[in-house]
Amino acid sequence: MRYDTQEHAAAVAHGHASFMGLDNRKMAFWAFIGSECLLFGSLISTYLVYKGRSLTGPFPHEILNIPFTSFSTFDLLMSSLAMVLALAAVQRGDMKQGKIWLFVTALLGLVFLGGQYWEFSHFVREGLGLTTNLFGSTFFVLTGTHGAHVTVGVIWLLTLWVQALRGKLGPANAMTVEITGLYWHFVDVVWIVIFTVVYLIQ
Amino acid sequence: MSEQAGAHASTGTYLRIAAILVMITLIEVGVFYVPAFQAVLVPVLLVLSAVKFTLVVMFYMHLKFDNRFFAFLFGGPLLLALAVVVSLLFIFYGAVRLRTGT
Repeated sequence: MRYDTQEHAAAVAHGHASFMGLDNRKMAFWAFIGSECLLFGSLISTYLVYKGRSLTGPFPHEILNIPFTSFSTFDLLMSSLAMVLALAAVQRGDMKQGKIWLFVTALLGLVFLGGQYWEFSHFVREGLGLTTNLFGSTFFVLTGTHGAHVTVGVIWLLTLWVQALRGKLGPANAMTVEITGLYWHFVDVVWIVIFTVVYLIQ
Repeated sequence: MSEQAGAHASTGTYLRIAAILVMITLIEVGVFYVPAFQAVLVPVLLVLSAVKFTLVVMFYMHLKFDNRFFAFLFGGPLLLALAVVVSLLFIFYGAVRLRTGT
C-alpha cells in the first residue's frame, strides 16, 4: 500500500481528513512552508540586490569563515538525517530509538545555534554590526531570521522529546513528528541555499 | 525496513542520501578553494546546491512518496519566490545599467 493511502486511512480514523482525503494538518503545514518560501525568497533577494554595494568594510571576503560554516552545514545536514531516523522509529513504534534521535536532532540544532552565536559575536568584534553597512544589514537579517527559525525548531523538538519521555508520544502521534520533521528539513534546505548564496558565492 | 512499510523510505536510503549530501558539500567547498574553477564557480555551486535542495525535499520531506498535491502546495510558492528573486535582480541591475550607461 502506498504511504499516502495509509496516511489517508489514518487521517479518516482520527477525524483529520480534508475534503481531498489528505490529512488537513499536513496540508496546512505544506501551505505554511510555501509561505515561508516567499519570506526567505524576499530576504535572499534583498541580500543579492545589495551584494557588493557596501561603501565601507568589513566586506564578505574579509570576514566570512568558510571552514567554520562548512562544519555548521554538515551539522545541520546530520540533524536532518537524525530527524528522519526519529520519524521512522516513532512510526514503527520503537520509542527508545525515537527518543534518542529526537534528542540528537535537537542537540545538533543547538550546536548550529552555538556556532551562529559565535559567528555573530566574532563579526561584531571585527566591527560588523546590523547598521555598519549594507552587507551587515542584509546578512544579519537573513541569517538571523534563519537562526530564529532554528531556535523555534529546537524548542519544538525538545517539547516532543519531553512528551516522548513522559510516554505521551507514540505511533498514534507519528503525524505530529512528521510535521515537526517537515519544518526542520525546510530550515535545512533554506540553509543549503544561504550557504551557497551568501558564503560560497562572494 | 521495506520501502512501503509506512516510513516513506528505508533507513539505508536515508543514510545513502546523507552520504551524498555530505559529499556534495565537500565538493562545493573544494570548488570554492580551487582557482581553476573560479570562471565557472557560480553555475557549478548553484547546480550543486539545487541537487542538495532536491534530495532533501524529495527524500527527507517525502515529496517523492507523498500525494502530488503537497508538491503543488510547496512548488507553486517556491517558483513564485524564484521569480521574485530573478525579477528583482533584473530590475535592480537594469536600473543601475541605465543610470551608469554601462
